[in-house]
Amino acid sequence: MNSLSEKKSAGIVKTEYFTFAEPPEEMILESGDRLGPITLAYETYGTLNDDKSNAILIEHALSGSAHAAGKHHPDDKYPGWWDEYIGPGKPFDSDKYFIICSNVIGGCSGSTGPASINPATGRPYALDFPMVTIKDMVNAQFHLVKSFGIKKLLAVAGGSMGGMQALQWSVSYPEMVNSCIAIATSAYLSAQGIAFNEVGRQAIFNDPSWNEGNYYGKDVPAAGLSLARMIGHITYLSEKHMHEKFGRNFQDTSKTSRRINSEFTVESYLHHQGIKFVERFDANSYVYITRAIDYFDMQEDYSGDLAAAFEDANANYLIISFTTDWLYPSDSAKQIVKALRVSGKNVNYTDIVTDNGHDAFLLPGELLEKNITNFLKSQYSRLQISEDN
Amino acid sequence: MIGYDLVLKEVPEKSKVLDLGCGDGVLLEMLQETKKVKGYGVEISEEGVSLCLEKGLYCYQADIDEGLTDYRKNSFDYVILNQTIQNTKRPDYVIKEVLRIGKTVIISFPNFGYIQTRLHLLLQGTMPVNDLLPYEWYNSPNIHLLTIKDMRKMSGKFDFKILKEQHFSISAGERSRIKKINPNLTAQYGFFVISQ
Repeated sequence: MNSLSEKKSAGIVKTEYFTFAEPPEEMILESGDRLGPITLAYETYGTLNDDKSNAILIEHALSGSAHAAGKHHPDDKYPGWWDEYIGPGKPFDSDKYFIICSNVIGGCSGSTGPASINPATGRPYALDFPMVTIKDMVNAQFHLVKSFGIKKLLAVAGGSMGGMQALQWSVSYPEMVNSCIAIATSAYLSAQGIAFNEVGRQAIFNDPSWNEGNYYGKDVPAAGLSLARMIGHITYLSEKHMHEKFGRNFQDTSKTSRRINSEFTVESYLHHQGIKFVERFDANSYVYITRAIDYFDMQEDYSGDLAAAFEDANANYLIISFTTDWLYPSDSAKQIVKALRVSGKNVNYTDIVTDNGHDAFLLPGELLEKNITNFLKSQYSRLQISEDN
Repeated sequence: MIGYDLVLKEVPEKSKVLDLGCGDGVLLEMLQETKKVKGYGVEISEEGVSLCLEKGLYCYQADIDEGLTDYRKNSFDYVILNQTIQNTKRPDYVIKEVLRIGKTVIISFPNFGYIQTRLHLLLQGTMPVNDLLPYEWYNSPNIHLLTIKDMRKMSGKFDFKILKEQHFSISAGERSRIKKINPNLTAQYGFFVISQ
């Protein structure tokens, strides 16, 4: 099948909900806190085969959701966030594989998070929501995957924070992960990354409507969240891509009309992104999830030895970075590759040349499509062979 | 395809093999198919890595000059440097490293002592350009040219054992012909099997 030229949509899809950890069987978080009941929003594309060997778990990034491909309604303006890569004939081929994408805990797109009702008080958790980590997100998804009766995932895949989860999956559940695709990601966030996240959080905290997170049912900290998103968007683009996309163009081109508040195109793009984000994202979720990213450090429990962290993993890896990604630079991917090599894992790695910066994993890219397609193809056939024996 | 037949003959079945500078992965694929090796590749270009992935090979993009230090000692039964060593910035360093990480190392390279190459320099007075060395001096990736004799000399200085020499030339049919008599003059390519 010609997987690259024949691009179809996953079609009309629906978000489903999975609830577990009903009290008193709450999930115990890394912090020791208990959380339950927990609902995870998820979507699936394709069909689970009889021996349940074709399942792929897709992990989303900071602002993502369970809606990774297709559309909810035929007249939706945009498809899911990774529609370029998920669907019939696409790299994550829903004709061949059963693809699950789950929203993270702490999120605000149907999963249990700070905006959910706290069963203890009957009011939204807000900042009473416990601290969640990347490990916790993965542990919650484990229950979802198990509910399908899947013993081993063909692959766990994601970019950015999604890549962190994919790596964590391979370490937390070594027997359940056949392969791991981690794109534009790192085994721990850099100081620069933490710094940008903190500026975003401070924008939210300084919004007059913030009210220590207790803004539900009132005015939300829209200006703060929107500013946080604007900062985020700067870090997702490369300098070159930004200049090529917007240049020094003005929204209003006449020189005499320039005022303090007149806008360059790049400014109006950022404003638009900020406003759009506020409509769909909860500020508290933004605070919690960025914190989870900040705290992620795979080598922390292994006194700085990343190779030791991967020692017990059983997965085969595809690691991909992008040359102009300055939020998760190629060096952080190379560090993962090195650790995997030292611990004797099978690893494919490529540093794809692109001007698209961190966002490259979400945008069409021939080499990224090809590499994912081929990696999955060989992983799937290897899995079939090893199971036949 | 240079020297592939010799490498295939040399590597025992089911060995663990690292091919440095594996390019499109054809040699590794042949090794996997005919010798059932556990093969790994390192390649400097993203196109090369992509082509390896297409063949279902494990390959990562890296510059071998930047280091192999993280590999543990004797990680591989065989390390292959097929037409690669003359492209590296620090051949001395690379050779030390491959001897550390591989139990056995196969090194093959264009022999600068080959008669036609020598004659080109002697008679024309310009850098040799021929089938072995198809580049001009200004665009050549071959930045560290050597002869068969140079490699032998190195074994003394760097204290490694030469287990086998199978210097060869390539005939029209692309099969390698071993040159036994005065290979430093008659062989187009040097072929050494070495170990620490």
